[in-house]
Amino acid sequence: MLEHAWNETGPRFKAWLAALLLLIGIGGFCYSIQLGTGLGVTGMSRDVSWGLYIGQFTFFVGVAASAVMVVLPYYLHDVKVFGRITVVGEFLAVTAVIMCILFILVDLGMPSRLLNIMLYPSPGSVLFWDMVVLNGYFFLNLLTGWKVLEAEYTGIKAPDWVKPLIYIAIPWAFSIHTVTAFIYSGIPGRDFWLTALTAPKFLASAFATGPALLILISLALRRFTGFDAGQEAVRRLSIIVTYAMSITVFMILAEFFTAFYSQVPSHMYALKYFFVGLYGGNSFVLISWIFATLCLLALILLLNPKTRGDETWLTVACASTFIALAIEKGISFTVGGFITNPFGRVTEYWPTAVEVGIVVGIWALGAFLLSLFYSLFVTVKRRSERGIA
Amino acid sequence: MKKPLSISRRTLLKATGAAALGIIPAGTLLVRAAGKPHPKALQAKNWAMVINAKLCPPGCRICQEACHKVHNVPNMPDPKQDVKWIWPESYNSAFPYETHPYTDQANEKRAYPVLCNHCENPSCVRVCPTKATFQRPDGVVMMDYHRCIGCRFCMAACPYGARSFNFKDPRPHIPQLNPAYPTRTPGVVEKCNFCDERLAVGQMPACMEACPAKAILFGDLNDPASPVRQALASNVTLQRKTKLGTRPKVFYIV
Ligand code: SF4
Repeated sequence: MLEHAWNETGPRFKAWLAALLLLIGIGGFCYSIQLGTGLGVTGMSRDVSWGLYIGQFTFFVGVAASAVMVVLPYYLHDVKVFGRITVVGEFLAVTAVIMCILFILVDLGMPSRLLNIMLYPSPGSVLFWDMVVLNGYFFLNLLTGWKVLEAEYTGIKAPDWVKPLIYIAIPWAFSIHTVTAFIYSGIPGRDFWLTALTAPKFLASAFATGPALLILISLALRRFTGFDAGQEAVRRLSIIVTYAMSITVFMILAEFFTAFYSQVPSHMYALKYFFVGLYGGNSFVLISWIFATLCLLALILLLNPKTRGDETWLTVACASTFIALAIEKGISFTVGGFITNPFGRVTEYWPTAVEVGIVVGIWALGAFLLSLFYSLFVTVKRRSERGIA
Repeated sequence: MKKPLSISRRTLLKATGAAALGIIPAGTLLVRAAGKPHPKALQAKNWAMVINAKLCPPGCRICQEACHKVHNVPNMPDPKQDVKWIWPESYNSAFPYETHPYTDQANEKRAYPVLCNHCENPSCVRVCPTKATFQRPDGVVMMDYHRCIGCRFCMAACPYGARSFNFKDPRPHIPQLNPAYPTRTPGVVEKCNFCDERLAVGQMPACMEACPAKAILFGDLNDPASPVRQALASNVTLQRKTKLGTRPKVFYIV
């Protein structure tokens, strides 16, 4: 089916891929600089020892997990309208996991020793388990997505062993984001992370981000390829985004209550740092207010059935949701844990050009893979709907 | 009774090969090849340190200089990415949130040496995905620079800021190379090792030996007769951030 997919793509699509390749190249170049000099070329420091890379990793684990928001209703609740896009969700998950692994890789001081995680398995380490569940999730989604699509292409039912794998992938999706949250929430002395709310909040925000992205992807697919996920599917997804976004914002506000009503300094520091600055450190104030504004905008547009039902407003709401949560989980949350440092001081962090270049490269690689997957998917759909096998 | 180690030529060769491939840390190999411990090696069930901060004058860095010199700790140009094993902090910084504005002024000015606490329940060891940082039976929390992948999970997990990462190549920034101790590559984490390489040959920690005020005591926490236990029994002492449950083993007389 691969060769057909490639032959049917147009020049516009090929130009898009070329542009992405260029960005991937820039990312690769930046990474070569980092490999040569070490992580000293990033904005990270003794005090803020994780930054944009680990934030992005965390964010994309959420995107990967959120595929379950179309797979679960379709397979467990027989929500037929999601039938056309479960594969879209599964491929999104596969791509997101690849991005996650790359974000970890570029964050390592000694990438050549990555395999040490497997050579010296340490079941006491959450990072070890994160690697196990992420790899498992990758193969589950790759296998099931591919087999389901192939079945559609050949017109022959997918083999029996695919179904159980799909069912296993559902709880597995929850596990990847839970384990990722446990990386943070099990550490003593980082009071911003040390809350049982971290894992539930991660899941809620992932289930807002992922479906919001799926809506944007569905609308883009319809516009550029003519493949229509169906209005009903988009409507249902928008309801999922609405619930998940409301729960996320609720949990964030609950954190504010605990910190500021209890008045425990170490619980207030990170939140103060984000919104008003702390001890002269204020590099996160601007993006935190952008985050808050976008959350509010998204909530207003989503909660109002009129705007939610309108495609333009829905696009704005989904984009706001995605960007807001990309700020929160993609960088702020990670840095917040390091405010203040163990000596009660604030060390500022801001990513350098090299760091941003590498991150852009990985995003471009994700978009590249996704574009290829989706062009394949659309071709198969088209042919099967026209009745050509 | 432990059986004495005997190593056949074959196993030694195998081990050497493995070390060359980076599978076995070179340090382990040295110990194994030697077969038995140094006759003068200092041993304890649970190494610990007591620092009498009352004896630490403002601005003193003698222990830091001694330690950094024997361990090839670099002086990195960017203080945000510096490498430190032991260094002075003010009382307020060493014990944040446990002070008030009206404390004894002399105490405020004292240089409290801070270092890895070799915690009895170390969170850094718990989170390490490769066991590159581990706790020895004698309570020393060690780093294997040859196994560390540089994920920096331990730095996030250490509540004492005791760990440093080699953001850049440290070698050009070592003021005076000590050929007896290894240098580190960029990309790995390091920290105080309670001078395990000195204990192994019968010497006490470098910081303790260098201190002109004799402010640092070192010994076995499990031995009631050790200088450490005697100091703990006869002084009011503090540990940093006890509420976190890490059970630090560096104690401060204040
Ligand atoms: S002080 Fe930090 S690095 Fe040292 S043992 Fe305790 S947690 Fe680990």
